Amino acid sequence: MSTNTEFPGPVKWVDDRLGIAKIGKKNLRKVFPDHWSFMLGEIALYSFIILILTGTFLTFWFKPSMAEVEYQGSYSLLKGLHMSEAYASTLDITFDVRGGLLMRQIHHWAAVLFIAAMMVHLLRMFFTGAFRKPRELNWLIGFGMLFLGIVEGFIGYGLPDDLLSGTGLRITNGMIQASPVVGTYMNFFIFGGEFPGDDFVSRFFIVHVLLIPGIILALVTAHLFLVVYHKHTQYAGPGRTQKNVVGYPLFPVYTAKAGGFFFVVFGITALMGALMQINPVWLYGPYNPAEVTAGAQPDWYMGWLEGSVRIFPGFESHFWGITLSWNLIIPALIVPPAFVTLVALYPFIEGWITGDKREHHLLDRPRDMPTRTGIGVAFIVFYAMLWIGGGNDLIATHFNLSLNHVTWFLRFAVILGPILGFWVARRWAISLQRADQDRLLHGLETGVIMRSPEGKYTEKHQPISTYEAYSITARDRLVPHEIGPETDENGVRAPRRALHKARAALSRFYFADAVQKPTTQELEAAHEHAHDADEIHELTEDTETYREVTSDRS
Amino acid sequence: MSDKNLPVKPEDEHGAVEVAEPIPDPGLEPHEPRITDIDPKAADRVERQVSGMFGLATLLVVGSCVAYFAIPRDSILEFGPLSGNANNMVIGLCIGLALFLIGAGAIQWAKKLMVDEEISEERHPAHSSPQQIAEITEAFKEGTVESGFGRRKMIRNSLIGALGVLGLPAVILLRDLGPLPGRALYNTIWAKGIRVVNDVTDRPIKPSDLIVGQLVNAAPANLAPLQEESAVEYQNAKAKAAVIVVRIKPSEIRTKPGRENWGVDGILCYSKICTHVGCPISLYEQTTHHVLCPCHQSTFDLADSAKVVFGPAARPLPQLPLAVDSEGYLVAQSGFTEPVGPSFFERG
Repeated sequence: MSTNTEFPGPVKWVDDRLGIAKIGKKNLRKVFPDHWSFMLGEIALYSFIILILTGTFLTFWFKPSMAEVEYQGSYSLLKGLHMSEAYASTLDITFDVRGGLLMRQIHHWAAVLFIAAMMVHLLRMFFTGAFRKPRELNWLIGFGMLFLGIVEGFIGYGLPDDLLSGTGLRITNGMIQASPVVGTYMNFFIFGGEFPGDDFVSRFFIVHVLLIPGIILALVTAHLFLVVYHKHTQYAGPGRTQKNVVGYPLFPVYTAKAGGFFFVVFGITALMGALMQINPVWLYGPYNPAEVTAGAQPDWYMGWLEGSVRIFPGFESHFWGITLSWNLIIPALIVPPAFVTLVALYPFIEGWITGDKREHHLLDRPRDMPTRTGIGVAFIVFYAMLWIGGGNDLIATHFNLSLNHVTWFLRFAVILGPILGFWVARRWAISLQRADQDRLLHGLETGVIMRSPEGKYTEKHQPISTYEAYSITARDRLVPHEIGPETDENGVRAPRRALHKARAALSRFYFADAVQKPTTQELEAAHEHAHDADEIHELTEDTETYREVTSDRS
Repeated sequence: MSDKNLPVKPEDEHGAVEVAEPIPDPGLEPHEPRITDIDPKAADRVERQVSGMFGLATLLVVGSCVAYFAIPRDSILEFGPLSGNANNMVIGLCIGLALFLIGAGAIQWAKKLMVDEEISEERHPAHSSPQQIAEITEAFKEGTVESGFGRRKMIRNSLIGALGVLGLPAVILLRDLGPLPGRALYNTIWAKGIRVVNDVTDRPIKPSDLIVGQLVNAAPANLAPLQEESAVEYQNAKAKAAVIVVRIKPSEIRTKPGRENWGVDGILCYSKICTHVGCPISLYEQTTHHVLCPCHQSTFDLADSAKVVFGPAARPLPQLPLAVDSEGYLVAQSGFTEPVGPSFFERG
């Protein structure tokens, strides 16, 4: 087959104007590594596209106006009721536009999925160390999208102007109002005066359909551009090095796999929209500032903020003619932003502690960085305790507990839980490392028991394959950051000694107890030892069970 | 001497993380052929599967279009646990399954039929090469010199100043987003002599209408007429003026000093708006006189000046002093004596 040096007609037309061959030749066969955990970000991306498609559909009928109208649509239970145009048009989409309810529900499910996928994607990044140089900025961009996604979701939740969404906004309004000095001013500017006013739906609408999606779209572009530029990370394994990326080409394998996966995600959200009810606003009725439903819950991603506010004890200070509402300032205005900032800056914090300035393209297995894994679990537990707090009333009623006890438990658990979580996860990771080390040095337990002529019993061990052994050892040696001597050869003290000492201590803590991979000598010694008589496990009278013989824990 | 002047240490360079020890990299595992690579029959079977999925998807898409027109928009589907609008559900099912099948078919095709030998691509360090750095530095210097930006400091500084103040109108132009708070949060439409009316029926309430243990959601009599005038004024007024009226056995009430005559025969009136973040409180427990906010579970004791007994709220619910007018209806002695609703900084 001869190679063409000229494009066929229509492609040539495009190429003459855009030079597509120059761009395409680099990227058409771009290699992406294969692993299920690399799909999480894709889910987020695809749900964002689904959100844009379904959201556009909804805007054709939704009227972002708080003008009062009398409902005359086909939902008889609310007929004749006064309500905002926003709520009335939401009912029209639900009951009078064919496919409207479906689109509304796909939109809502996709929103829920969007944020969930971003969060799990973030956890994958965290636990595998994918945020390390050179990807710190992409981590921050991702964080920006997660933050905007949550704001976007919450604002969208407020648009239908039903009883539940109005209550959510009332709570937000109350939180903003607690901000020192500027609280009331911010509220009056955001809501155009007192709550509820008649401005927020039209204002939130434009933020929801233009401003935030526009920024997210720009960030998505930057995010993907950097993924292409840095090339995807990969798990360590035979043939997979810091200097290459091993996997399948974009065309055709990933075009089919990733493209197909878009349809799978869209299909599943469409099925959810068809079969699973979400946010049935017609049951709640129009917003009424004097009414509320019991057991009201926000969308899941707001749960931790809700919980933070719920479990915080009520106290405020009054002095010099001012009020400081600590019951909101701390749990709503300080703790969540501080927590988010801490997690967002984690790559820089870890980089400083470990003193690691190298590029990393091979991912860590969570067990190989026990302290990081512990910290990650502590973050999760902290978040989870707050999140559970957001449903403290439901937990109390479902499990027949006292609401007060649930709340008091969470007040302690939110502090003690992360510490416990850190400790357990770290030890767990170290145990897994030890199991790996065992496998590496002693090989596989075959379960075959041999009896020697003298009557001794031994279990045969089989060395693991070179490929597996390589995968286990293909990781960094964890060396604590070295800060050098106290004084140089001229006796001059090094500057900022205390800071460096603290850093060294943190670094030691970071790597303490982690199992180092064996050196060449250790590995050789272990393999020789495997043929030694020492390895023979005697089945004596004080050996209790057969199991003990077969399990190699010598 | 700063780190900058030191020669670059090898471990700072790209790809210096050494992982191929103590075991050297054995290289990629040999490729194992799939059944579809060896057995043409298996490959044909997969081809039929994939095109079957695509074909079924086509039928489903057509089905969704038919459903759109054929199923009346108000028909209901009841099938086991499924119940809902038939039109929506069938369209959604058809489109959802079709999309899913298209995706599943493409993935099956990629996994089973496309070449699955892994290929490797070189990575390059993220940073620029020394030569590129030299070139760009040179180009930048050239530009700086040509513009005179560094030399003519007055231009630079005045430009920074001009661009700096440009932020000002961007902020100031937003001033009309809303009025200043003023005293708005301090007042409600309650005033001396305003009748307490049931918030559903708008009927004024007589003490005899309430039995001990009863709690009624109420509003000021001047609220309903507002609705005719302006819907937004009405909503804003309602958001602050909503109250609860409760009748408690007088012997169980612990009255705060100064509030001895605020109740009428054990009938007390409190703001319905939670002092935490402003949800309307609603769950009343007769035996304990506790009322609970469903949003964050702040609990107030209505027999004890609505003080907080549990939860995140910090202040009791404001109490409205009650009296009885000449016709025997409950009226307010005055407006609230403190701002209702959530706290704010300048509240005092």
